[in-house]
Amino acid sequence: MKTFKIGGIHPEENKLAKEEAIEVFPIPKQVTLFVTQHLGAPSTPIVQAGDKVKVGQLVATAQTLVCANLHSPVSGTVVKVEPVPDMTGYRKLAITIDVEDDIWEETIDTTSEIRKEITLTKPEIIERIKACGVVGLGGACFPTHVKYMVPPEKKVDYIIVNGAECEPYITTDHRIMLENGEECLIGVQALLIASGAPEARIGIEANKPDAFEHLQRLASQYPNIKVFKLKTKYPQGAEKQLIKSLTGREVPNGKLPIEVGCIVNNITTTYAIYEAVQKNKPLIETYTTISGKRAKTLKNYKIRLGTSISEVLSTVGIPENTGKIVSGGPMMGKAIANINSYFVKGMSSLLFIDESESKRGVVEECIRCGKCVTACPMGLEPYLLYALATRADYEECEKHGIMNCIECGSCQYGCPAFRPLLDMIRVGKNKTGYMIRTRNK
Amino acid sequence: MNERLLQVSGSPHIHSGESVKKIMWSVIIALIPAFLVSIFYFGIPVIILTFVAVASCVVIEYLIQKYLLKGEITIWDGSAIITGLLLAFNLPANLPLWMVVIGAAFAIGIGKMAFGGLGKNLFNPALAARVFLLISFPVQMTTYPIAKPIFHLGADIITGPTPLGILKEGVKNGQPVDSIMHSTQMPDYINMLFGQMGGSFGEVSAIAIAIGAIFLLIRKVITWHIPVSFLLSVFLFAGIFHWVDPTMYANPFFHLLTGGVMLGACFMATDMVTSPISPRGMIVFGLGCGIITMVIRLFGAYPEGVSFAILIMNSLVPLINKGFKPKVFGVAKQK
Repeated sequence: MKTFKIGGIHPEENKLAKEEAIEVFPIPKQVTLFVTQHLGAPSTPIVQAGDKVKVGQLVATAQTLVCANLHSPVSGTVVKVEPVPDMTGYRKLAITIDVEDDIWEETIDTTSEIRKEITLTKPEIIERIKACGVVGLGGACFPTHVKYMVPPEKKVDYIIVNGAECEPYITTDHRIMLENGEECLIGVQALLIASGAPEARIGIEANKPDAFEHLQRLASQYPNIKVFKLKTKYPQGAEKQLIKSLTGREVPNGKLPIEVGCIVNNITTTYAIYEAVQKNKPLIETYTTISGKRAKTLKNYKIRLGTSISEVLSTVGIPENTGKIVSGGPMMGKAIANINSYFVKGMSSLLFIDESESKRGVVEECIRCGKCVTACPMGLEPYLLYALATRADYEECEKHGIMNCIECGSCQYGCPAFRPLLDMIRVGKNKTGYMIRTRNK
Repeated sequence: MNERLLQVSGSPHIHSGESVKKIMWSVIIALIPAFLVSIFYFGIPVIILTFVAVASCVVIEYLIQKYLLKGEITIWDGSAIITGLLLAFNLPANLPLWMVVIGAAFAIGIGKMAFGGLGKNLFNPALAARVFLLISFPVQMTTYPIAKPIFHLGADIITGPTPLGILKEGVKNGQPVDSIMHSTQMPDYINMLFGQMGGSFGEVSAIAIAIGAIFLLIRKVITWHIPVSFLLSVFLFAGIFHWVDPTMYANPFFHLLTGGVMLGACFMATDMVTSPISPRGMIVFGLGCGIITMVIRLFGAYPEGVSFAILIMNSLVPLINKGFKPKVFGVAKQK
């Protein structure tokens, strides 16, 4: 069993919804699509009020490099293209579409038949991934095609596929591996062609033995795909930690995985890539776990983008004493401030956190126990960064590696004095980053 | 949908449930075996002395926080109780109680609150107080009752030197170590292991301390780094000297079992506040404690060196924290 060496924690797994098969959430009456569904610049709308659209039709295009195309997840009429509050409460430009029927673009293969043979060439695959608006579905939503625009002097040795799903509660990757494992592996094949890498390595945490065995069996037909069992340890699925676990290579600080010949993709992303490459189907859905210790129903939903969050909430019911609703995992996800918002790409869960658990403990003095230091998977000293960031000493923050922080939250999770370590480190990171950028100008 | 306000905060949204209070109370629980053993060997005075030490620490902390600092009262976090317990454990069972109160006042007032309270102190408060008492009242602080496995009242306690005291005195008089070891005064190894010997009452039983330490290790309150490096360096240092000249230097096992080595390595040196943060720093700290202990024991004027060793290393902790940082991910390869 493989794992990374520095730091890490083991929170309660709470994979409550792992037995729930993926269910299709009914198509809503209206969808609202934010033009920012990914990391990078917003996409530019190419439709206006009154336009008729089909499922899979391009509605907003990527104008810059780090940006992703956006397609209509429904058929119907565009009502408006106006700013709408997103789940954090900020107003963001969005396209609202009234749903009529469910008519798909003819170019999309809507059959359920699995298409194994890849006919596209390397540049065609990358172009298709870009055209279909595929982004990383592990949480960061980084446009996938950008990762495959490898500088000519760099060589890709490994495609690393993240099936760790190290965040507690979330089970969508787990279900995708069980239900669509074969498609995922075809997607991985497409990535091998796109990158020219000789080998792909899939890492799955030991708490999903069924998914591990299933994918290992399926992968036996592909000599260039290897499946590994990983120790159940957070943050096993973090990019740099995963590369370390699967290849032993350590991405130098401040550098990207390509520096050590690796490209990392999430397992659900490989499924989206399969659909894009083999079925010409753009990314128009998100896989979302509905969970929580007191959740009324546990679900793994396939939801059309732009579906209203409150509509899903009223379908599943908000449990009594819910203090917080989190989108994404409990370690790195965002607390939802505005439930009258809409699903976006990569929104992997809706978690109900109990009132009692949602409030933080009373902050006490640091007793220098060092738990944050031993938990940090990047080998940083969170207590020190916290102090430096509080003092606004960003020069020292930089010296002590604040920019290496991956914001996994392991430090704050274990802090017995309930200190808001990550909150302050985020502030410090932000300011330090600004300082570095202005200095380099 | 009914109206309800939701909490919003940055991630992470879950917590391990560990708290300062739980850590402190775990340490208190871990000290119970050693406490029971000392009651068994030294009787009622142990209970009285411990009570006085703990009560004075808590009351003094309360008074300082209430009237001097006029701030928040934090006596229930358990840290003052630990200071009181550890201070008591480091005293002879027959020490006059007013000295205990002075020790407690020094521990809390100077050792802890003067630095800014819990988390800010440079030195282990209990040890600072012990050394303060040792220097101020050398006679009373080095007159130890001899352990006897019966209950008795304070009046008929027989006093005598500790094994380390016997050794130091004997070596000074030119006796070979071998004959000192077999003298009638000297307890045998089995008695040392269980605690039937002279000494500060909490430090005598290696076994009871080890049980407490294992509990703390399982509870993840302490890590192995400091105890192991401390004990190992004591063992190696003593072992090398014993190997070179067994007539001058005692067996390394003798040094592990006597004096405050076990208590020091497991409970005093591992104090979170006054020990280094990174595992590498902890090992350096433990090694330093062990080496200084042995230097004092073999070449110094005092028979026992654990307190001084830990205090000296305490003062080096900020430097160790600077010098022995954890290995940062992705940095080694660039060098």
